[in-house]
Amino acid sequence: MFAGFGGQGVVTAGYITGQAAAIYDDKESTLTRVYGPEARGSACYSGVVVDEKEIDYPYLLSPEIMVVMSQEAYEKFLPQLLDGGMLVIDSSIVKPDEQAEKYKLFTVPATQIAEEMGARVVANVVILGFVGKIWDGVSIKGLQESIKVTVPKRHLDLNLRAFERGTELAEKALKKES
Amino acid sequence: MRKAVLTGKHFWYGNIAIAEGAIVAGCRFFAGYPITPASEIAEHISRRFPEIGGTFVQFEDELASIAAMLGASWAGAKSMTSTSGPGFSLMQENIGLGVMMEVPIVIVNVQRGAPSTGLPTLTAQGDVMQTKWGSHGSYEIIALSPDSPQEAFNLTIRCFNLAEKYRVPVILLTSETVGHSAGKVVVPPKDKIELVQRKKPKVPPEDYLPYKPDEDLIPPMACAGEGYAFTTTGLTHDEKGYPDTTAEAHEKLVRRLNDKIRRHLKDIVDVEEENMEDADIAVVSYGQVSRPARKAVGMAREDGIKAGSIKLITIWPFAEHVIHRWAKQVEYFVVPELNYGQIYLEVKREAAGEAKSLLIPRMGGKLITPTEIYREIKKVSEK
Amino acid sequence: MNEQTIAEDKLELHPIDKWLRSERMPHIWCPGCGIGPTLYAWIRALDRVGIPKEKVVYVSGIGCCGRGSGYLDVDGFHTTHGRAIPFAIGLKLVKPELCVNVISGDGDLFSIGGNHFIHACRRNVDLLVICTNNFIYGMTGGQLAPTTPLGDRSTTSPYGNIEPSFNTPHLADASGAVYVARWTSIHVRRLEKSIAEAMEMKGFRYIEVLSPCPVSYGRRNKLPEPDDIAEWFRQSSIIRNGANTSEVQIEKEKPLILGNFVKRVGKPTFYELMKKLEEKVRGR
Repeated sequence: MFAGFGGQGVVTAGYITGQAAAIYDDKESTLTRVYGPEARGSACYSGVVVDEKEIDYPYLLSPEIMVVMSQEAYEKFLPQLLDGGMLVIDSSIVKPDEQAEKYKLFTVPATQIAEEMGARVVANVVILGFVGKIWDGVSIKGLQESIKVTVPKRHLDLNLRAFERGTELAEKALKKES
Repeated sequence: MRKAVLTGKHFWYGNIAIAEGAIVAGCRFFAGYPITPASEIAEHISRRFPEIGGTFVQFEDELASIAAMLGASWAGAKSMTSTSGPGFSLMQENIGLGVMMEVPIVIVNVQRGAPSTGLPTLTAQGDVMQTKWGSHGSYEIIALSPDSPQEAFNLTIRCFNLAEKYRVPVILLTSETVGHSAGKVVVPPKDKIELVQRKKPKVPPEDYLPYKPDEDLIPPMACAGEGYAFTTTGLTHDEKGYPDTTAEAHEKLVRRLNDKIRRHLKDIVDVEEENMEDADIAVVSYGQVSRPARKAVGMAREDGIKAGSIKLITIWPFAEHVIHRWAKQVEYFVVPELNYGQIYLEVKREAAGEAKSLLIPRMGGKLITPTEIYREIKKVSEK
Repeated sequence: MNEQTIAEDKLELHPIDKWLRSERMPHIWCPGCGIGPTLYAWIRALDRVGIPKEKVVYVSGIGCCGRGSGYLDVDGFHTTHGRAIPFAIGLKLVKPELCVNVISGDGDLFSIGGNHFIHACRRNVDLLVICTNNFIYGMTGGQLAPTTPLGDRSTTSPYGNIEPSFNTPHLADASGAVYVARWTSIHVRRLEKSIAEAMEMKGFRYIEVLSPCPVSYGRRNKLPEPDDIAEWFRQSSIIRNGANTSEVQIEKEKPLILGNFVKRVGKPTFYELMKKLEEKVRGR
């Protein structure tokens, strides 16, 4: 699950992930989205289900990994996360509380990194790189291919660099863990 | 510039799959009005038609949209519109004109919560009976309901084929869930896709009667500008297309308009049956609910319950022969749907005297889960 | 020899007979009605411009005038109430080579279909729209129309109409129509010329034809005889070509201003702009 507020690209992140799984990893996947009537600003999420065989229920029931990019989304959606599931938060925006202790918590200062790279809008792609590394539902190669056909050509390089930064951070985090 | 048929694998939202399915089917006229949750279809068509040569018009309302589609179809174009509940309601009068004039058109209804403005961004299946009976009068219509982006793509093509073959408005009765969820869609090579074109007159213009049916009850269709100088009207008419407002003419015409569909039930009706061979309980579902229903049947089987699944792909005309047949075998029909009982009534009617029926109603807003359906199957199995 | 054969032997074809479905005569229109003369002028204009029959499409809505499409031996579409214009737009955009005409009444075009009228003007769709304005709902028995003059009686304004009426040429002009004219059904020659002029143009063209309805309008408004309304038209008409359309509102005690009011040259049609867009997108 990619949760945040409208305008952060949580649906795009989900789309890139679902497409990577379905087209480039040749699995089955579905993408659904949940949001309010406002185009911008309200808590929303996109949910990706990945499976080897045809998917019976396209919606997320209890996700095994959840990305949270806003405090409101954190409070609203966190209880849905599977106990012991992976929780990835954009630590430049979200402050976790004691609820997070139930999960395997990863912190990524994605928005800050994206700002340093000159474009706040690629925060979702930094996170995608991170997710690709820590979650086996989708491959790094698949995600890269999916990014290539989804983002506008003039922004491709920036997006691929942002993705790279995400994977590097994940490697570090995983090293620390082991 | 992209081609009309995008052969290959794609990750598409249901709404995009519908737009691409229409393009593959040969749709080159689209008239519509923005409405949630259907707008992506119009948006996608507006981007694609200039690439492949098609007419896209965003009209002032749904009344104009459907009227323009009828006109475009009479000029020979395969025509489509997409809408949701409120817009679908506005279109009803001219759906009747399409039935009466026998015009092939395809209307996509991406269902949302209703009545009235209801739940614009959330799903439902509340327009099932409206699809059958929404326009005034006694008529038959065809409606198909997809459960995934791939099926939305496939069924959009089939909608066009049925519209062309039977000269009738065909409705793709989809929903927000299918429209706004993405999945893998495989587009076959162009030459592997079967397309049907309307029957054209084989007689010279002076012998042509626009409403004289063939054996199959379907009259060949001349189009505007082809030299046939035909006239057509929403009034009750004779084979010449001339108004004939007598009880006799009405009896003859309305019977034929219904019979041309009823007589071809087996060609039009499409269902998917799973685990039905030894089933005591049949879960009858359609559209988005078919996916959790199938899963629930699987869960029940694991529990040793003899459950099976009947998925209705064709909603209208109703698969009465299918339900009638299984009613002799099963004890229960379980019907989960996102309304307060619509297809349930049809199932109950066909099962009467043979099997019992149970409705699992949800008013919409979110899709029913496999567990919720499974629980009801279990309860029924313990009775 | 029976009577029928004798009649046919002596039959001499009227010049417009080739355009009519004679087997459908007599038509439903009442004595004194203006729809017949309007169609006559339209047919003469088709001949004058030389448009072949197979290129002509006649789309109508509902009402007395709606029946016209079934009397002409061309592709005719008798649609639903108010929707003749969008129906015609669909036809025309798919087959731009056809001469597509909408001939309908004031209730059909300006009440239930009013929204389509202004938007078709705005888009400049290539259509000729002729409105037979008889100030009333004729077929349904004389109810109030959006064109009924102030103070006039109808079956739903039995004490006199309190609603201001539409000035339809002004509405068309303000919405962007490229040709706007008003005549009456007694000005058959001028009307024919005006229709022919409009037929030779592209874009949204509108001609209002004031048309007597002695039965449903005249009887209730002190004009009961079949030719009373025609006489009113004859006495009150002033021809003022190029008149400012904001000054042609119909008022009972004032002159009826007729003429060819608006002719805009060079405004691209919807179809032309669509084709241009297609070229641009394909060239990318």
